[in-house]
Amino acid sequence: MTDTIMIPAADGPKKSSLLVQDARTRKRNAAETRFRIYGMAAIGVGLLFLVFLFTSILRSGLPAFTQTVVEIEFTLTQEQFDTAETKMLKTGEYQNIFVSALTEQLDASGLKVDFDNKAIERIVGKPGGTIRSFFLENPDRIGTPASFELAASSRVDGYLNGRVTRDTLVDSRFLMATDLDLVDALEDAGIIKGAFNWNFVTGKDSGVDNPGGAGLGASVIGSFFMMLVVLFLSLPIGVAASIYLEEFAPKNRWTDLIEVNISNLAAVPSIVFGILGLAVFIQFAGFPQSAPLVGGLVLTLMTLPTIIISTRASLAAVPPSIRDAALGVGASKMQSVFHHVLPLAMPGILTGTIIGLAQALGETAPLLLIGMVGFVAREYPETFVGGFTDANSAMPAQIYTWASRADPGFYEKAWGGIIILLLFLITMNAIAVLLRRRFERRW
Amino acid sequence: MSLMKLATSALALSAMAATTAAARDQVQIAGSSTVLPYASIVAEAFGENFDFPTPVVESGGSSSGLKRFCEGVGENTIDIANASRAIREKEIKACAEAGVTDIIEVRIGYDGIVFASQIDGPAYTAFQPADIFNALGSKVLVDGAIVDNPHSQWADFNTDLPASDIVAFIPGTKHGTREVFEDKVLLQGCEDTGAMEAMMASGMSEDDAEDACIDVRQDGASVDIDGDYTETLARIDANPNGIGIFGLAFYENNQDKLKVATMGGVAPSTETISTGEYPVSRPLFFYVKKAHIGVIPGLKEFASFFVADEIAGPDGPLSAYGLVADPELAATQTAIEAETTMGGGN
Repeated sequence: MTDTIMIPAADGPKKSSLLVQDARTRKRNAAETRFRIYGMAAIGVGLLFLVFLFTSILRSGLPAFTQTVVEIEFTLTQEQFDTAETKMLKTGEYQNIFVSALTEQLDASGLKVDFDNKAIERIVGKPGGTIRSFFLENPDRIGTPASFELAASSRVDGYLNGRVTRDTLVDSRFLMATDLDLVDALEDAGIIKGAFNWNFVTGKDSGVDNPGGAGLGASVIGSFFMMLVVLFLSLPIGVAASIYLEEFAPKNRWTDLIEVNISNLAAVPSIVFGILGLAVFIQFAGFPQSAPLVGGLVLTLMTLPTIIISTRASLAAVPPSIRDAALGVGASKMQSVFHHVLPLAMPGILTGTIIGLAQALGETAPLLLIGMVGFVAREYPETFVGGFTDANSAMPAQIYTWASRADPGFYEKAWGGIIILLLFLITMNAIAVLLRRRFERRW
Repeated sequence: MSLMKLATSALALSAMAATTAAARDQVQIAGSSTVLPYASIVAEAFGENFDFPTPVVESGGSSSGLKRFCEGVGENTIDIANASRAIREKEIKACAEAGVTDIIEVRIGYDGIVFASQIDGPAYTAFQPADIFNALGSKVLVDGAIVDNPHSQWADFNTDLPASDIVAFIPGTKHGTREVFEDKVLLQGCEDTGAMEAMMASGMSEDDAEDACIDVRQDGASVDIDGDYTETLARIDANPNGIGIFGLAFYENNQDKLKVATMGGVAPSTETISTGEYPVSRPLFFYVKKAHIGVIPGLKEFASFFVADEIAGPDGPLSAYGLVADPELAATQTAIEAETTMGGGN
């Protein structure tokens, strides 16, 4: 403020020039330049964090999308099949058949590396289940050569993508340093190679000793059904509540109280909704554990305040003149709302809903309490209703589960899962931005 | 809010009507995070080898698993509780009150608890229970008197140990591992150092002295980890002086990051644990609700599959992952076949 008061000097008014900046102007301009630099620095720091975050996610997560596979062709005889099917641990028998087939193939190929059955067992992952389900589905392939690409063990996978090196490898029953010579030889021979890991995108969770078989697919389906529940509950309830509060409700102490409570609910930590869900939906109402239905209900509670607040904001942004005009030509209050106000507010409502859904999609904390963490996402739902009621996990819960497993291979999978989750979130946010750009009207 | 609640509960009720009709067809398991890896291996193999759906295994800790197990009988309660310790009297009573009277106890094998530190950190290579007690006990014996733990460095009480700050990451109280750590390490160390004797001499009863022995110092040198071993590993990664408590299998999976210390001069391995030489090991259990056998398809099959020689035996996948096979597995198999419940009845 003092800048504007010019005190004339004793020897008459000083001539100011527009071309020459005086000290005060320079000072003000310098302050502005500094402020711009601070602003740019702030954005720069933000960008730096973002770049750091993305590079670390991509660096740790991308290996999850490739899988080291052992490519082999072998023939399963009817006799072997029948014997294996009589065993209790059938998959173990298939694994043995596979290992001996690989051993024979190596012997025949004349590789100049010493190896034994044990080494082969350490190199291959757990292919028994894959082989068995292949022959059960295709019984006509028994007796004819069938070729397989089967996941190698976690450490061999780590060796090929640089996680395990010869220096850091400690001899153990999981992998010996001498096995790496064999792995190198197999790689040169083209039997072991990296391949895009479709199973990671579409597959199911696997046991802790089989990181190569783990996939996010089943939990993506779990998340999808949860989002269906959230969408079909929170959108109608949220919009109905907001229209009533914004357009019809009398302004009195009760509606004020409700408004304050909705704002408060939006700030409640999500774990609280998890505890509520456990107590109300599972223990009291008797819903099944680990069901996407319960997850969806819990996330609905969490999303509702977000949707109500954004819906009310977009309803309030519709100018009163539109309501007045509608009422003026004889529309009822309800007609003015549904024919004129709501359509104009729709882009804002949809944007709010999508952002609410995106938030719900990435939420882990409430799911911890309703049984979605652990070894859960093991089956694809068989029916549409089953999608809601069968035990399943959700993407963030699956990522959390993988991150807590001992094998470093799963840690990699967790990062890979984050990439997929981020892709979903970016897509949803992009849709929200598009909707807003395309349909939003300003008055 | 009232509108919202009304609407949600109405929808919830209609959904419930739809779900209660469908009976649960897969086995549900919850409990110890130590047993979880083994249970998930067995569950995956069970799903691959049988026509039953793959069981659902949830984590959460032994105590919370047993609590859920004891909620009652019915499809909305779990069928199996995993535990890294035996069920307590108190829990059996709570179970009985809720109508869970027939419980089948299944011991699947043994698990070693190891003390490991950062691979490039100070040379924590050999511990005695006494060292751990001196480092972590809340009251220790110094010069014949029981005092609040004054030690800040390992070398303060044992010059063979490195002169580095005492930082230990131990399992929180909801973990079954904590109980084993208290019983087999702290209590043992307390007796070895003579602190227990001194406490009893000062007029404490034996029970009080035992409680005082397993009391862990609260000044920050010992940190309770309520999460799982990955959290402990992350803390060790960030703290070169840190000592962490891990399961043997977890350590073996992360040998490139961790180095293990011997306990009482014995290095932990499946061999030393199965012979009983390595002192800090404990049996792992799961508990089956007998009332659910025949109701939940595949429950009994899963239980017998879990302890079959091909799975839990010395050459099975569980041993390959780090479980120490139970030499008395055959007896366990017979007990499951006969559905022998705890307390001898069937």
